[in-house]
Amino acid sequence: MELLIVLALVAVVAVLVTAPLRAGRAEAEEEAESAERAELDAAREAKYREIREAELDYRTGKLDEAEWRMQDRRLRGEAIELLRALDALS
Amino acid sequence: MPTVGRACLLIALAVAVYGIGASLYGARTGRREWVASGRRAVYAVGAALGLAFLLLEVAFARSDFEFALVGSHSSTTTPLFYRLTGMWSSQEGSLLLWATLLSAWSSLILFLTRRRLREVAPYATAVLLGLAAFFVGLMVFLETPFAQASPVPAEGVGLNPLLRHPSMMIHPPMLYSGYTLFAVPFAFAVGALVTRRLGAEWIRSTRPFTLAAWGFLGVGIILGARWSYTELGWGGYWAWDPVENASLMPWITGTAFLHSVMVQEKRGMLKVWNVSLVLATGVLAILGTFLVRSGILESIHAFGASTLGTPFLVLIGVLIAGSVALVVSRAPDLRTEHRLDSIFSRESMFLLNNLVLVGICFVVFWGTFFPLISEALTGTQSSVGPPWFNRYIAPLVIVLVLLMGVGQTIAWRRATLAGLRRTMLGPALLALTVLGGLLVGGVTEKPAALVLFVFAAFVVGTVWQELWRGTKARRAMSDDSLPMAVVSLVRRNRRRYGGYVVHLGIALFFVGIAASSAFQSARDVQLRPGQSASIDGYQVRYDRPTGQVVAAANGGLERIDLGAVMSVSRDGKAVGTMRSRRSFFPSQSPEFGPVSRFFEGETTSEVALDAGLRRDLWTVVSPDINKLLPRVAEGDRVFARALRSEALSPAETANALGVAVTGLARSYTTAPPPATFRLIVSPMVTWIWIGAIVTLLGGLIAIWPAPSGAPGRVRAAYAARVAVDLGAAAGRPARPSTEMPASMPALDRASPS
Repeated sequence: MELLIVLALVAVVAVLVTAPLRAGRAEAEEEAESAERAELDAAREAKYREIREAELDYRTGKLDEAEWRMQDRRLRGEAIELLRALDALS
Repeated sequence: MPTVGRACLLIALAVAVYGIGASLYGARTGRREWVASGRRAVYAVGAALGLAFLLLEVAFARSDFEFALVGSHSSTTTPLFYRLTGMWSSQEGSLLLWATLLSAWSSLILFLTRRRLREVAPYATAVLLGLAAFFVGLMVFLETPFAQASPVPAEGVGLNPLLRHPSMMIHPPMLYSGYTLFAVPFAFAVGALVTRRLGAEWIRSTRPFTLAAWGFLGVGIILGARWSYTELGWGGYWAWDPVENASLMPWITGTAFLHSVMVQEKRGMLKVWNVSLVLATGVLAILGTFLVRSGILESIHAFGASTLGTPFLVLIGVLIAGSVALVVSRAPDLRTEHRLDSIFSRESMFLLNNLVLVGICFVVFWGTFFPLISEALTGTQSSVGPPWFNRYIAPLVIVLVLLMGVGQTIAWRRATLAGLRRTMLGPALLALTVLGGLLVGGVTEKPAALVLFVFAAFVVGTVWQELWRGTKARRAMSDDSLPMAVVSLVRRNRRRYGGYVVHLGIALFFVGIAASSAFQSARDVQLRPGQSASIDGYQVRYDRPTGQVVAAANGGLERIDLGAVMSVSRDGKAVGTMRSRRSFFPSQSPEFGPVSRFFEGETTSEVALDAGLRRDLWTVVSPDINKLLPRVAEGDRVFARALRSEALSPAETANALGVAVTGLARSYTTAPPPATFRLIVSPMVTWIWIGAIVTLLGGLIAIWPAPSGAPGRVRAAYAARVAVDLGAAAGRPARPSTEMPASMPALDRASPS
């Protein structure tokens, strides 16, 4: 009984682990493209967060208006670059 | 079933080794299918170890003594809760817990990043599998948790009585979760260094795991402190014990890393510092496990000591050498993208806070390893005690608390004088008010504690001000009510406000530590029933002794409890009745007689605690058993004669032993000798636990995923899309603009409100 359980475990693990090798390259390439999009999406979200935080710094008195406007302009420019890169993938 | 458990470990080891090869081959050749196979190997290792873990848990739950580990660390009389958690009181079970947790976190991070970090992830996979292979290898070749007992005993030894405490049984999984979670950023840092992808992507992806590691390790440390305070019977919560210190060090460097990565994310600075910190944290996490498992330093955790020192030393050596080589070889890629604009900037404060934290870690490291260092240099092992640690760490902590407050009020890049005045004036006034109050109240005898209280007030002031101003700004932009505005503000800026709540918790925590250690009163007194002692306004009266024999679930004798009932009053008013006891668990060693073995085994103390927000009264009794010893020796002689003559059957012997031990306990209460009491009054200890809970709450807020800022793909000018996305994330309608960003309306003005 114990031997059967062990053999079944070995078989399940072997099938699970080698599945991508059997699926071949096509699936891997598809995965590669969505990976690039996911990275850009994450970078865009991070940039948006920076823009919001800069605004909050201004609202809570840490930044004066001129400094905030300068930072905001730069950060939005960087966000636009990320959107362009995302569109280029489409 | 032990065979299936061993097979699971063998499968996990084989698959881990395969996965390392597949990941590295896939990374080197660019063949993604091999990378995917390596990732699946991590899932398979996780599944195999999860099954092994489950098998052992079931064996503990069923008291299946065919598993030798169950027999040596549990018994049928052990309550179910402690049977289920008894696994990690053993060396082998701890290793299995470590490897299982590591493989679970590894599976989770690799699943979440399966479409990201394409170049870095395969190397991180190899590192994570390498660590898993090391721990599984230890279990396969040196310390198997699935050894079969032969012959199978009818009853187990039971769990070490010192570990029969709820927090103690949750404490190890928390610590191990922290240690193993720190392996995730460690592995991705190695991957980033190998592939030279040293931007902020790997930091962002692993940040939740770093925060979770920090949180779990923090909870583990606090539970350990609580266990020490309520169970160990010495009256303190932190003894600078090597194993305590071992868990503190990665937590400190992890804290430093969580701050300094923000500088890299925002400014592209401190890259060398950040990778060095995260690599050091990973190594320190392994070092923490090594210190518990090796027994090279004398510790209250001696129950965990073993002979696994050499393999751990080899692993730590490889990790340090590999980390240093990687950082040095990638130095050109780690150049900073910007320089500090001003010393008065948030990045400067973060840098200073990092230097202080690393300084604290260095002091802890030096003090912890001083016995080994002194032995290597002088041939004599000597150690340093709590006063040494406190002398160096207290000033560093005071500076840290000040920086914590200043850092929250200061802007990135450069702070102006006007800006500093705007943000610091209110908190500074609060701090000065607290200073005045403390001076008027006469709190002047401990200047270090006084300064810490003032700085902590400054931190509380900055947190309050940030929350208030943020809420005001939120309300100006929306129609939210005050409570809703607070919730919305925190919900939409979780990292920032979660961090502020953490700082608030840490400030409370340090206030509790400073007050309880600087203003503590302690007395050891010997009292007879009816006598009283006073301490710090309390009068403690020893009313009567207690003595009882506690039976186990199977009817056997579990322990003897000898204790005291005390009535406590303060300034003439009754506070209440307190009970403390010392429990004597029988030794399993055959060298002791049937009666004396009850006084030669483990002992635990049940502390009497009257806890409050202002102060704790902590007492513990040490019963004097010397008067009982002649009767104990006589009991041993009587039972030895009876056993030799076989005059009594085993059942009759057990009954007679019960009667004899019950008689001993009763004699303690009828003719009680003087008992020794340790009385301690510590102000504000409760604030340590409150501070820890607030800190954890802040960590949870910070780790919770932020709401998505992109509701969908908007076909409009890019600048307008940024405004639309941000407006949607802020929960208000945005007015798209087709102008370039420089002339874009401010976010609040994008809203009709």
